[in-house]
Amino acid sequence: MSLWEYANPKKFMETTGWLLPWLTALTALTLGGGLVWGFFLTPDADRFGSTVKILYVHVPSAFIAINAWVMMLVTSLIWLVRRHHVSVLAARAAAPVGMVMTLIALFTGAVWGEPMWGTWWAWDPRLTAFLILFLFYLGYLALWAAIENPDTAADLTSVLCLVGSVFAFLSRYAVYFWAQGLHQGASLSVDRAQHVADVYAYPLWLTMAGFVFLFLTLVFVRTRTEIRARRLSALVARERKAA
Amino acid sequence: MSALLLRDLRLAVRAGGGFGLSLAFFLILAVLVPFGVGPDRERLALIAPGILWVGALLAALLSLDRLFQLDWEDGSLEALATAPLPMEGAVAMKAAAHWLTTGLPLVALSPVLGVLLNLAPAGYVWLPLSLLAGTPALSMIGAFGAALTVGVKRGGLLLSLLVLPLYVPTLIFGAEAARRGAEGLPALPILLMVAAISLAACAALPFAAAAAIRVSLR
Amino acid sequence: MSDALLSAKDLSVARGGVQLLSGVSFELRPGDALVLRGPNGVGKTTLLRTLAGLQPPVAGTVTVCERGLAYGGHADAVKSALTVTENLDFWAAVHGRSDGVPAALAAFDLTHLGDRRAATLSAGQRRRLGLARMALTGRPVWLLDEPTVSLDRGSVALFATALGAHLAAGGAAILATHIDLGLPDAACLDLAPSDAPTGSGDAFDEAFL
Repeated sequence: MSLWEYANPKKFMETTGWLLPWLTALTALTLGGGLVWGFFLTPDADRFGSTVKILYVHVPSAFIAINAWVMMLVTSLIWLVRRHHVSVLAARAAAPVGMVMTLIALFTGAVWGEPMWGTWWAWDPRLTAFLILFLFYLGYLALWAAIENPDTAADLTSVLCLVGSVFAFLSRYAVYFWAQGLHQGASLSVDRAQHVADVYAYPLWLTMAGFVFLFLTLVFVRTRTEIRARRLSALVARERKAA
Repeated sequence: MSALLLRDLRLAVRAGGGFGLSLAFFLILAVLVPFGVGPDRERLALIAPGILWVGALLAALLSLDRLFQLDWEDGSLEALATAPLPMEGAVAMKAAAHWLTTGLPLVALSPVLGVLLNLAPAGYVWLPLSLLAGTPALSMIGAFGAALTVGVKRGGLLLSLLVLPLYVPTLIFGAEAARRGAEGLPALPILLMVAAISLAACAALPFAAAAAIRVSLR
Repeated sequence: MSDALLSAKDLSVARGGVQLLSGVSFELRPGDALVLRGPNGVGKTTLLRTLAGLQPPVAGTVTVCERGLAYGGHADAVKSALTVTENLDFWAAVHGRSDGVPAALAAFDLTHLGDRRAATLSAGQRRRLGLARMALTGRPVWLLDEPTVSLDRGSVALFATALGAHLAAGGAAILATHIDLGLPDAACLDLAPSDAPTGSGDAFDEAFL
């Protein structure tokens, strides 16, 4: 049973059909459980009060924001090499989810940082890198929307994703270099999670898992929708020809 | 291939719009900024390298959407696709023509605009140098963006949205090189970084851009 | 069939995901002319573009001889800001035939227009310039999409003469045209819409149904 079997749209639809209800339930459990635990059942930190708990949303959303793009990169490559439509439709499906996750990461990052910096936005390297990532998502989605022919759009957006990934990577280092002069070390460190005491860490792992399942659920649902949309246009084209 | 370069240069000169337009835009920007931030000379000196870099970037962007559009519309792109010239070479030549007609003039104009913005004396060397190293990247990355949007009607805005995030590393290093040079700090390593980005872009992006054009012609 | 300049076997072409033609097969030898006939929208342009290599066929193969083909589409590939001669000089340089420009100009009666900017040409003159470009490429197979649009009778005769000379010299041509160009030996390919029995799109869309 090879993973490539799921490149067949019918097989993909069948499998995700029965998988989705379980996945949704799992998402609700882990995400809901993790968030409730993190926000309500952990003690307030001495120095930061309760705002630090926003990390239960910030850290996972940032994690997904980056990994959604990585997933798009991989599925775009699969499309370019092996021409599996399900793959590129999955990339298209994941993009808005990744973009919203980036927004959430930016917003929660600002909320978290405000008590520390005294401002809603500072050009902190990490936040800035996410801002640039947001722009890349925007460009990818805009290109999909601008091109009529779906196969042409798939090819062009895949090439954009590839080239964009190189530049996104380069930008990350450029931004860290650029921000040196401004904020010596006053950055929102996700490594903070490693220093976080166990009492905070466990709910974090749970919410991370919850966000991952959420991502999978959303991408599966959206990919199914994309497949149905393609099916619809194929049927319409057939009707038009027969007429 | 040089025939294509010469043809595009000739067209750019005769088209009477693109060539001078970018320079005019660059000038206007340099004039507008003091109106926006106030005429305080010290503040202007501080932001001059960055503003001039952003201005050069935007000016380069202006003439990009016509890079392949005109050839697309009059059938030249199809004819080039069936010609013995490899599409990668054609893309590289068009990007080179763009650099010669937009990038280089911007480099030449930048010291003059530096006067308007009270650029520090050392900046008159380092700003043009940084632009010289970075404008090839701007032209090549821009050509890639233009190739992606060649089939999109009125794709100028989409082109900007796609290309500006790709410009960020070049802008960061280029402006930093100009800034450090203007302040008398060692700027050569950063300058080399900018040059490296330009070289890498010119080496790799023609292939991606050519692929995009072939896809659009299908 | 080693002397065939172009051969198509069982070709199926599509545009925008909709299959237009299927099972197209023919062979073109030196001196052959093939006229594509069919109603508007049947797929003549798509077929020509597929033969030219601009788009991949849905099925079947196209084999072109080494010396290649020249494609002349609806748009002329003429640059308005350049003069007639400059336009041709450019394409001559691209195809490595810099000494062929005077002959091409003469064949299409453009010599007296040599220094005129292409923007000032009439539609018919532009068309002749586009055809001169094709003649300039020195390639044996000409693919022409409605070559005589905007041409008056005199220009059509000029074009027919140039085409005849090309065929006599061992070239071949495929034309999509409604005009009788006085080529009695030209084969005709009547194109009818593809009655693809199973599904209207390519194999991929099949998987979605």
